[in-house]
Amino acid sequence: MSTEPYIILSALLFTIGCVGVLVRRNAIVVFMCVELMLNASNLALVTFAKANGNLDGQIAAFFVMVVAAAEVVVGLAIIMTIFRTRRSASVDDASLLKY
Amino acid sequence: MLSGLAAESHIPVVDPAAADGVFSLAWLVIVLPLAGAAILLLGGRRTDRWGHLLGTATSLGSFAIGLAMFIALLGRDSGDRSVGRELFTWIEAGGFKVGMDLLVDPLSILFVLLITGVGSLIHIYSIGYMEHDGRRRRFFGYLNLFIAAMTMLVLAADYLGIFLGWEGVGLASYLLIGFWQHKPTAAAAAKKAFVINRVGDIGMSLAIMLIFVTFGTTAFAGVSAAASGADEATMNVIGLLLLLGACGKSAQVPLQAWLLDAMEGPTPVSALIHAATMVTAGVYLVTRSNFIFENAPIAQTTVVVVAVVTLLWGAVIGCAKDDIKKVLAGSTMSQIGYMMLGAGLGVAGYAFAIFHLITHGFFKANMFLGAGSVMHAMDDDVDMRHYGALQKAVPVTFLTFAMGYLAIIGFPGFSGFWSKDKIIEVAFTENIFVGLCALVGAGVTAFYMTRLMLMTFFTQKRWEPEVHPHESPKVMTVPLMVLAALSVLGGFLLLSNWIVDWLAPVVGHHAHEEPPLPALAMTAIVVLVVAAGVALAWFTIGRTEVPRTAPTDVNVLTRAARADLYGDAINDGLVVNPGRQLVGGLMTFDAAVIDGAVEGQAAGMGGLAGVFRKVQNGFVRSYALSVLVGALLVILALLAVNLG
Amino acid sequence: MTAFWILAPIMVLAALGILFVRKAVHAALLLAVVMISLAVLYAVLDAPFLFAVQIIVYTGAILMLFLFVLMLVGVDASDSVVETIRGQRVLATVFGLLLGLTLVIGISQISFGTVIGLDDANEGGNVPALANLLFSKYVFAFETTSALLITAAIGAMVLAHRERLEPKESQADAAARRMREYAETGRHPGPLPAPGVFARHNAVDTPALLPDGTVAQDSISRVLAARGTVRSAPALADDIEEIKRQLGQAPEKAPEVSGKSGAAASTEEQNTASTTDGEEEE
Repeated sequence: MSTEPYIILSALLFTIGCVGVLVRRNAIVVFMCVELMLNASNLALVTFAKANGNLDGQIAAFFVMVVAAAEVVVGLAIIMTIFRTRRSASVDDASLLKY
Repeated sequence: MLSGLAAESHIPVVDPAAADGVFSLAWLVIVLPLAGAAILLLGGRRTDRWGHLLGTATSLGSFAIGLAMFIALLGRDSGDRSVGRELFTWIEAGGFKVGMDLLVDPLSILFVLLITGVGSLIHIYSIGYMEHDGRRRRFFGYLNLFIAAMTMLVLAADYLGIFLGWEGVGLASYLLIGFWQHKPTAAAAAKKAFVINRVGDIGMSLAIMLIFVTFGTTAFAGVSAAASGADEATMNVIGLLLLLGACGKSAQVPLQAWLLDAMEGPTPVSALIHAATMVTAGVYLVTRSNFIFENAPIAQTTVVVVAVVTLLWGAVIGCAKDDIKKVLAGSTMSQIGYMMLGAGLGVAGYAFAIFHLITHGFFKANMFLGAGSVMHAMDDDVDMRHYGALQKAVPVTFLTFAMGYLAIIGFPGFSGFWSKDKIIEVAFTENIFVGLCALVGAGVTAFYMTRLMLMTFFTQKRWEPEVHPHESPKVMTVPLMVLAALSVLGGFLLLSNWIVDWLAPVVGHHAHEEPPLPALAMTAIVVLVVAAGVALAWFTIGRTEVPRTAPTDVNVLTRAARADLYGDAINDGLVVNPGRQLVGGLMTFDAAVIDGAVEGQAAGMGGLAGVFRKVQNGFVRSYALSVLVGALLVILALLAVNLG
Repeated sequence: MTAFWILAPIMVLAALGILFVRKAVHAALLLAVVMISLAVLYAVLDAPFLFAVQIIVYTGAILMLFLFVLMLVGVDASDSVVETIRGQRVLATVFGLLLGLTLVIGISQISFGTVIGLDDANEGGNVPALANLLFSKYVFAFETTSALLITAAIGAMVLAHRERLEPKESQADAAARRMREYAETGRHPGPLPAPGVFARHNAVDTPALLPDGTVAQDSISRVLAARGTVRSAPALADDIEEIKRQLGQAPEKAPEVSGKSGAAASTEEQNTASTTDGEEEE
C-alpha cells in the first residue's frame, strides 16, 4: 500500500481546519477547528509510523492527544469565563486589546 | 612703555616659612567670622537678641589675632616675614594638588588689619545704624560672612583659594546690596552687581585655568618661582584675564556700571564693601600677582590705561551727582583708579598703591559712615540739594567728615596727601601723560568733594520743614571719630619710607628714580591744582544759591555725567541688547528648527504608526490570518530551497 | 485501502461542513464524524491502541466536553455566518487554498519509499510495544504530561471558579427585592407568565397574550427568541380565524355573542385544542 493518500488527506484536513479558524466566529467552533488540525497532524504521525516501521510516531500522536485534552480543558474554561463576563462567545467581541 | 621695569627690578619669589606661634592661629581669622555667620544665619530668630553683639565680637576677635600676627611679624627680619600655614589638602586629582594653605606676609597682614579693623568699626557703627531694622541679625550674619570671605581672599596662598574668597565676597556683596530686597531698585542693583561681577569672574577663572596649564600649579609659591621663565605672550594673556577679574570686582572701566547702583545697600555696606575693602580686591590681586604682571608688559600697560580712564571717569561722575552716596561712589571708582594706576606702574608703584588703598580705606569709610550719619539725621534723604548748613546740626559728623574731606583732596599733612602725591609722582616719573591725567584727577577730586562739603554742611538751609536734623548716637559717632583720626594720621605709615620697606619682601624694591621735577616742586604743583579745584567749587557753588531741584538747562558734559557717562547705555547697546537678540534668535531657531526637526520626526513616526497600528485591530482572527501567511511563506521558502 | 477511499471523502466533506454549518452543535457532530473516521483509519494503519484512545478520549470525552460547553453557552449571535472583518473571508479562502495547494503539490513531489509496516514492531501486541517505548524511551515526557494534566485541571478549576462577592440572597431578601423592583420599575413581583396560558396553544414556543391581545415577551424562553422559533401573534390570529371558520361563525358576529354562546364557543375550542394535541402526540 502507499502512504501518500493518507498524507494528502492529512494535509487537506489541516488546511480545512486552518480556514475554519479564520472564518468562524464562534469561539467553540474555532476550537473545534483547532482540534481538527491536531487530528490531521495525528493522522500524518500514525502514517509515518507505519511507513517507517517503528512506533515513535504513534507515541507522538499519543502525546498530542494528551496535550490536546489539557488544552481543551483550559481553553473551554477560558471561553466559559469570557462568556460569563461578556455574555458572548464570539472571538470578535474580545477585541479590546488593540490600537 | 613700561617694559624696561621688569629687567632692572628683582621680583621676590613667594617662599613662606612654616607657621609657628601665633601664626598657627591664622585660620581663626577666617573661621571666627565664618562661625559667626553660620550661627547668625542658621540660628534664626533665637539669635535676634544678641546676634549683633556676636557678629561684632567675632570681627573684633579676628582683628585681635590679626594684630597679634602683625606684631609678631614686626619682630622678625624683613627676609622671613612670609609665613605659610597649611591647613589641609583641599583638592587632589592626579598630579593636581591644592592645599587649603594660608599665607601671612607683609601684604596680606596689612589687608587683614584693614578688613577686620575697619570692619569691626563698621560693625559697631551698624549696631546703631540698623537698630530699627527688624532684620539686623541677618545683616550682621551677612557682614560676618563678608569678613570671612574677604580674609579668605587675602590670606589664601593659592589662586584657587583667592577665587574661593573672591566668590564669597561677591555673594556677600550681592546679599548686602539687595538687603532691602523689598525695594525693586535694591533687588535690581544686587542682580546687576552680581551679573557684572560674573563677567569679571569668568576672566578670573580662565586666568586660573591658564595658570594651571602653564605652570602645573596654582600656588603662589610655584607660580612665582616659574614666572620669570614663562612665555611672555602667555603671561600677557594671564595678566589680561586677571585684569578682567580685577575690573569686575573693583568697578574699573568697562565693568564699572554696578558700583553706583550698589549704593542701594545700607550705608555701612557701602562703607565696608563698596569703599574700603571688597572693591580694592582688584588692586590686591594685581599686587599679589606682581610676578605675573612684571613679566607681562602688555597687561601691565593695559592696567595703567584702565586705571587712568577709570580715574577720570569716576571723577567726572562725582561732579554731577546730587545723591551724596553716589558722589562718594564715583569718588571711590576714581580713587581705586589711582590705586590701579599705582599697581600698574610696577615695582615703583605697588607699595604706594597699597598705601593709598589703606588711607583710602580709612577716609572713605569715614566719609561713607559720615554720609550715613547725615542721612540718619535727614530721615534717609540722600539728595544733597535738600541739605545745606548742617554743620551746626550735626557737629561731630561734620568734624569727622571734614577730616575725611581734607584727606581725600590731599590737604597737606593729611593721609591722602601723602599717598596720592606719591602715586602722582611715580606716574610723572614713568610717563608724563599719565602723570598729567592723575594730576587733573586730583583737581577734579578737589572740586567735587568741595562741592559735596559745601552743599551738605554749608550754604543755606534747604531742608523740608518737618525734618529736624539731630546728631547720631555714640555708637555711631565713636567709630567716626576713630576713622577720622586714622584719616588724619594715616600718613605716618610713610614715615621714613616705612611702608615701602615693609612691603619690599613681597613686591620687590625699586631703586628710586628722579622725577622730572624735584619732589617739592611736584608737591607744590599738586597742591596748587587741588587749591584751584577747591576755589572753583567755592565760586560756583559756595557763592551762589543752590536750587532745591536740579536744573535741567545744563551742558552736555553734566548731562552725560548725570547719566553715569552713559555706562549703562553702552552696556545695553554693546552687550545686553545684542545678547537679547541673540537669545531671541536662538530661541526661535530652537523652536523652529531643532524642536521642529525633533518634533517633526516624532510626528512623522506617530503618523506612520497611526497608519500601521491599524494592523493591530484586536481581532484574533486577523492575527491568525497573518500567522497563516507567515507559515505559508516559510513553507514556500523551504520548498524553494529544497526543490530549487 | 478500501476503508480509506470510502472514509476519506466522508471526512473531507464533514470537515468542509464544519466551515459552513450555522449551528455549533452541527459542527460538533460533523467533527465527531471526522474523528470516528480517523479512528477507523488508525485501526487500518496498525494502531489499535490509538484507535481506542481516539474514540474514547477524543470522541467520547473531548467532544462531549465541547457539547457541554455549547449547552452552557447556549445559542449566540456568534453563530451568524455573516463576516464582520472586512476582507477576512476572501483572504482566508485565498490563503487557505494556497496552503492546501502548496502542501498537496509539495507532498506529491516527495517519494516516500517503500512502506516497512509495523508487523515487526507490533509483535507481541501493539499496546505492550507502545508501553515498552513509553516507559523506557519516553518516560520523562510521559511524566511531564502528568504535570501538564494536573496543571490543566487546576487551571480549569481556577478559571471556572467564581468567588462569591456578596452573601447569598435568602428567600426573604428575594421577596424584598421583588417588591422593591415592583415599587421602582413596576416589574411584576409574581412568577413569570407561562407560555401559551392565555392563548390557544400552550406549547413553550407560543407566547402568552396579554388582555389587549399583545404578546407577553416574558413568557417565552430567551433561547427560543434568539433562535427565532417563536410563533408570532398574527399566526395565532390566523389560527383563531381558522377555528372560527370551522365553527361556521361569521367573524364579524363574534362581538355580539352573548355570555352563553361565548361559553359554548370556548368549550368547543377546548375540545378542538385537545383533539389537535392528541393528533400531534400520535
